[in-house]
Amino acid sequence: MLKIEDLKVSYGGIEAVKGISLEVPENTIATLIGANGAGKSTVLRSIVGLVKPVSGDISFNGESITGLTSDQIVSRGITLVPEGRRIFPNLTVLENIKIGAYMRKDDLSEDIAWMNDLFPRLKERSWQLAGTLSGGEQQMLAVARALMSKPKLIMMDEPSLGLAPLVVKGIFDIIKEIHKQGMTILLIEQNANLALKAADIGYVLETGSIVMQGEGKELLKDQSIREAYLGKSK
Amino acid sequence: MGLQTFMQHLANGISLGSLYALIAIGYTMVYGILRLINFAHGDIFMMAAYLAFFGMTIFSMPWYVAFIMVIVVTVILGILIEKAAYRPLRDAPTSSVLISAIGVSFLLENLATFLFSGKPRAFPTFETMTYSLDMQGVSVQVLTIIVPIVTLIILFILLFVINRTKLGMAMRAVSKDYEIAKVMGIKINNIIAYTFAIGSALAAIGAFLWGMKYPQVSPLMGVMPGLKCFIAAVIGGIGNIKGAVLGGFILGLAEVLLVAFFGQLTGYRDAIAFILLIIILLVRPTGLLGEKTAEKV
Ligand SMILES: Nc1ncnc2c1ncn2[C@@H]1O[C@H](COP(=O)(O)OP(=O)(O)OP(=O)(O)O)[C@@H](O)[C@H]1O
Ligand SMILES: [Mg+2]
Repeated sequence: MLKIEDLKVSYGGIEAVKGISLEVPENTIATLIGANGAGKSTVLRSIVGLVKPVSGDISFNGESITGLTSDQIVSRGITLVPEGRRIFPNLTVLENIKIGAYMRKDDLSEDIAWMNDLFPRLKERSWQLAGTLSGGEQQMLAVARALMSKPKLIMMDEPSLGLAPLVVKGIFDIIKEIHKQGMTILLIEQNANLALKAADIGYVLETGSIVMQGEGKELLKDQSIREAYLGKSK
Repeated sequence: MGLQTFMQHLANGISLGSLYALIAIGYTMVYGILRLINFAHGDIFMMAAYLAFFGMTIFSMPWYVAFIMVIVVTVILGILIEKAAYRPLRDAPTSSVLISAIGVSFLLENLATFLFSGKPRAFPTFETMTYSLDMQGVSVQVLTIIVPIVTLIILFILLFVINRTKLGMAMRAVSKDYEIAKVMGIKINNIIAYTFAIGSALAAIGAFLWGMKYPQVSPLMGVMPGLKCFIAAVIGGIGNIKGAVLGGFILGLAEVLLVAFFGQLTGYRDAIAFILLIIILLVRPTGLLGEKTAEKV
C-alpha cells in the first residue's frame, strides 16, 4: 500500500534520512523503531509532504506521491497523528474532531458518534477548549482527529509518549481496534516491546538507515534488538 | 461642560472609535495568522479612499455602486499584495516579511503621489450623511450614528464567521499550527488570502466612511490612521478581534474626550495614541484582551 524507495531527506545540508526503503502492505500494522534522532519522525513528515525529500520515491497504492502538497497527499487517504499530539489548543474538542474531517463533504454524525464510542472521555468534554485537556486526553483527541478523515493509512508518531501505562494500553487497544476495522497502520514507538508485539512487520532505523527488518515477533527475539531497544541482555 | 455637550463629544468619540476599529481589525487578523504587522494596511485604506473618490467623481458612480466597487477592488489589491510581497517569504524570518511590508507601504504611497499627485482632493459630500439630527438638544450628524452601527454589524458577522463556520475554524487552526493545519488538508495559502480579503474589505468600508466624515483624500492620508489603528490593535491585544474593536473605541473616545475636556491638548491630539500605547505596554504588554503567554506558531 505504502512503498518508500531510497528516500533521502536533509535539513540544511545534514542528511537525516540516508536512503531508506520500506513497505507497508495493506491491512497490516508496521512499526518503525529507533533511538532518538534516528530519523523516524522525518520519514513520516516526508510521507505527508511536510518536508521535501532530496531524492527517492514514495508511492501510495501504486501512485507516486513524492512532491505533492500535503492536502493532495491526505486527500488520498493518509493521515498523521503527530509527535507531541499537536491538537489545536484554541479549538474546542468537538472542533478538533471535526477539523480532522476538513476535506470530507459528507455527513459526519456517524463518525462523530463512533469517536464518542471509542473515547467517552472526549464526549464529556466536547465543548472544552482542547488546550485544557490532560496529556492522555489530548493524545486520544489527536487519534480521533486523525480517524475522522477516514484514512486508509494512519501513521502514529510515538502515541504513547509520556502517558501512564494504563493509558498506553488503552491507546494500543484502540490501535488494534482500528486495525480490525480495516485500517493500515504505521506506528513509531519508543516502547519497542509493545510496538513489536502489536506489529506484523518491524523496521529498525539507526541514524538515518534501516539496519534490520522482519516480522514483529521475530525482531522481538533478536538479541541485538533486545539489547539496544528493550534494555534486556538476554 | 453641560451634559448635552458631553453627550455630543461622546457620540463623536464612539463614531471615530468605530472607524479606528474597522481598520484595526485588519491589522489584528493578519497578525493573528501570519504574526506580521502589515504596515501596508494603512496605505490599502488610502487606496480605497482614492478608489471611492475617483469612482464617484470621474466615473460619476452612484454611492452604492462605488461602495461595492471599492470593496471589490480593495480586496483584490489586498490579495495581490499578499501574493506578491508576503507569500514568497512564507518560510523566511518574520523580520524579512516586515521589511517587505514596509516596502509595500512606501510603494503604495509613492505610487499614489505619482498617479494622483500629492495634492489633497475633496471627497464628495453627502448631504443625507452630514445632516444634523437634533436629539434633545444634542446635535449629531446622521453619519455619527451610522458608523458605529455599521461597525457593530460587521463585528457580529465577523465573529460568526470566525467562531461558527468551517472557514473560521480553519483560520483559527492555521493561526496556531501551520504544519498540522496542512496535514488536516487545509490549504493554508487560501486561508491566508481570505484573511487579507476580509481585512482589506473592512479597510475599504472604513475608507468610505472616513471620506464622508473627513472629506479629503491624499497619498499620505493612511499613515496616521494606520499607525493609530495598529496601536488600537495592540491596546486591545493583537491577534484578538474583539480586542481590536475595544482598542479602537478606547482610542477614539480618548482622543475626542481629552481634547474636549482639556482644550490645551488640542495640538497633542495625535500623541494621545502613542501615550496610551506606552502605558499599555508598561502595564499589560499583551494588551487588554490578549493572551497571557505570547505564542509563536
Ligand atoms: N527542522 C529540523 N531542522 C534541522 N534538523 C532537524 C529538523 N528536524 C529534525 N532534525 C534532525 O534530524 C534528525 C532526525 O530527527 P527526527 O525528528 O526524525 O528523529 P526521531 O527519530 O523522530 O527522534 P525522536 O525519537 O527523538 O523523536 C535529528 O538529528 C534532528 O536533529
Ligand atoms: Mg520523532
